[in-house]
Amino acid sequence: MKDKILSIVENYERDPGRLMDILLDVQKAFGCVSCEAIGLIASELKISEVDVVQTRSFYHFFTKEPVGKYAVYLNNSVVSGFFGMKEVADEFEKQTGIKFGQKTADGLISLHYTACIGMSDQEPAALINSVVFTELNREKVRKIVADMREGKAVEAMFSQYGDGVNAHPLVKSMVKNNIRKTGKVTLGEYTPGKGLAKALNMESKAIIQEVKDSNLRGRGGAGFPTGMKWDFCARENDSKYVLCNADEGEPGTFKDRVLLTERAAMMFEGMTIAGYAIGAKEGVLYLRQEYVYLKNYVENVLVELRNKNLLGKNILGKGFDFDIRVQFGAGAYVCGEESALIESAEGKRGEPRNRPPFPVQKGYKNKPTIVNNVETYCSAVKIIENGAAWYKAMGTTESAGTKLLSISGDCKNPGVYEIEWGMTIAEMLEMVGATDVQAVQVAGPSGICIPPAQFNRKIAIEDLPTGGSMIVIGKNRDLLKDVVLNFMEFFEDESCGSCVTCRSFNMILRKQIEKVVEGHGIKTDIENMTAWSEIIRKTTRCGLGQTSSNPITTTIKNFRELYDKRVKDVDYQSDFDMHKAVAESCEVVGRIPNIHE
Amino acid sequence: MSETVKFTIDGKECTAVKGQLLIDAAADNGIYIPLLCHMRDLVPAGSCRICTCKVNGRYMSACTTPVEPGMNIESNTAELNDIRKAIVEMLFVEGNHFCPSCEKSGNCDLQALGYKYQMMVPRFPYAFERRELEASTPKIFLEKNRCIFCKRCVRLIKDEQGRSIFAFKGRGKTLEINIDKKLAANMSDDLTMKAMNACPVGAILKKEVGFINSIGTRKYDKEPIGSDIEKIHQ
Repeated sequence: MKDKILSIVENYERDPGRLMDILLDVQKAFGCVSCEAIGLIASELKISEVDVVQTRSFYHFFTKEPVGKYAVYLNNSVVSGFFGMKEVADEFEKQTGIKFGQKTADGLISLHYTACIGMSDQEPAALINSVVFTELNREKVRKIVADMREGKAVEAMFSQYGDGVNAHPLVKSMVKNNIRKTGKVTLGEYTPGKGLAKALNMESKAIIQEVKDSNLRGRGGAGFPTGMKWDFCARENDSKYVLCNADEGEPGTFKDRVLLTERAAMMFEGMTIAGYAIGAKEGVLYLRQEYVYLKNYVENVLVELRNKNLLGKNILGKGFDFDIRVQFGAGAYVCGEESALIESAEGKRGEPRNRPPFPVQKGYKNKPTIVNNVETYCSAVKIIENGAAWYKAMGTTESAGTKLLSISGDCKNPGVYEIEWGMTIAEMLEMVGATDVQAVQVAGPSGICIPPAQFNRKIAIEDLPTGGSMIVIGKNRDLLKDVVLNFMEFFEDESCGSCVTCRSFNMILRKQIEKVVEGHGIKTDIENMTAWSEIIRKTTRCGLGQTSSNPITTTIKNFRELYDKRVKDVDYQSDFDMHKAVAESCEVVGRIPNIHE
Repeated sequence: MSETVKFTIDGKECTAVKGQLLIDAAADNGIYIPLLCHMRDLVPAGSCRICTCKVNGRYMSACTTPVEPGMNIESNTAELNDIRKAIVEMLFVEGNHFCPSCEKSGNCDLQALGYKYQMMVPRFPYAFERRELEASTPKIFLEKNRCIFCKRCVRLIKDEQGRSIFAFKGRGKTLEINIDKKLAANMSDDLTMKAMNACPVGAILKKEVGFINSIGTRKYDKEPIGSDIEKIHQ
């Protein structure tokens, strides 16, 4: 063990800044990052053990105890729940004889839940030893567990691959692209290197001006003007970095998955153009662990780009050097926040930073850094190729161009759609074949839940902004239980915990909504949730806390009757359920509970 | 030459060096903004959020905001004070705080803020989280029930080679403060006292000493928290 760990640490030149990679390699090699491993890593990196533990304990996919030889991570997101996650979980438990959170006695199989893995268009889905399994059902689970018992390699458990690059020899995944509608920008025609060749013949200032003129705004969800971000960073006088945020963790989002699969070269080209524009020589793609099945392919794309002289030294003979490395995450939603992403890329816990300073001033390794979403870089390539005017002609006045939507939930055709900004929700629902719709969750849990009366609203930054997640919720769903409670559990799990208000309020709000869902709520609980949500919104540091109460506040606003139906109009009602508390013990001793109320 | 800037807090004209953190600038002008995680000259944590002010109409934490010329700051308002009270209440329901049996009673910033904001019964349900007491290091009791995650010890207490003795473990609801047993074994008495004094609550206690100052003679026994700052400019 010692030799293996030493060689891993050696691979990363004993750099504590690469602690994430070190822990990922150790986890992969030993199925855990044990206390012994922690001690070795700490002494080799000359940092304290608690600092290694700090990073290990932050991320979902690092474990202290060994996971099973087959580690099943079943997605428990809302959409997975819609399509039979409970039956799938039940079958896994039946077949293995263990519960989720446990490991079989022989160490063969361990069962875990995980948050959205970016497969909402083909749920229920799970990761088994990092390999994606989609559209699971009881029958498939029985076969998978039988294969595990036979000791089959996970990759050998299936032979049908998805479309496009999913079937590439370096991917061989069952994931489907589900591209339902292509547009002119990110999923339109693409000739590698064309945009970059044009860019390298331009002044860097002219590139930034072109991006500014195009009105391109951040496609991850926050919508910050991209050209302005590049300009701020370009003005700094220091070595700089270009980071790409491929940590799409917002439940219901999977459009970056499709771009990484089908447009990896385009994304890297966009990063290279950005590097030239701001004066950076290095780029980092921060890729979520859930997409590690794309690792070999994406890294190979980088090799090909270098071979074609579209990356590396003296790109296209223009004297510009730029290279990119891939940094994997290890399972933490908050790392989608740009400063948390930077912390994570530096090997630390993914805790959002205080601002100022902004990443464009002090970002990765404390150097000026731009962080943009995958789709943003892809869009920039086309903007440079065809000009700002061409781009701006699409979309609305305030939201230029096209947007990729990841549409999932209760509809006929879930998948990725490239639309022009300005489409109404009603038009979108017709496009995806959705009828009997109760609500649409726009922009994921951190977004808003809208009722049919608002389906004439537009998908646009000025009306309904979105990073891409669109979840259609049918009339047959229990909105509060199946959706809102699930979202609050998600935020409670994913808060980094650093801000008092985010750490505690998400726990408190989750408990309150659970109380209402279970029928113990009273009217005051609704008023309390509204008031308390205001406090968290006003006082937390990053976007997670500022938006984490949205599932509750937007449903109280738009679906108040669902709450009123569930709560009692009394002054006090205990959230303690005596019947439930004694049910198990009564069953054991065969007694009928005698409770006076 | 450092530039002097003028700004207002609750209408009062203040001056400070440009770029100074608002919370320190306010104190230098005799205005107390409550704090738990902040310590002067330490990298701001911005984690307790109790110093939240309205800066030009926006909610900002005073410990992470550098002052700029002409800033209009609201601090002592009914709205902000209620938020601060809520945060104190939240810390009381989140951890397990039993003041009467705590060595830090009277010297505790959290307790003092509870009195300042006249907290009676917290508006939030108690979490009753089980937390551990870590007593295996030679000099320190780490009473995790009382930790409020201010990160003061994390930022301040390092060994001679600059390695962290304290760090966070976990995230969100599983977050806890962790102590490096190997490094803590070699802590000096001075460093131990420094850690205990930096802790705004009674989470870090030095072993084998206790109740040196009796109840009634402690920091906040006679005057409310913040009085020292407010007195400077009277």
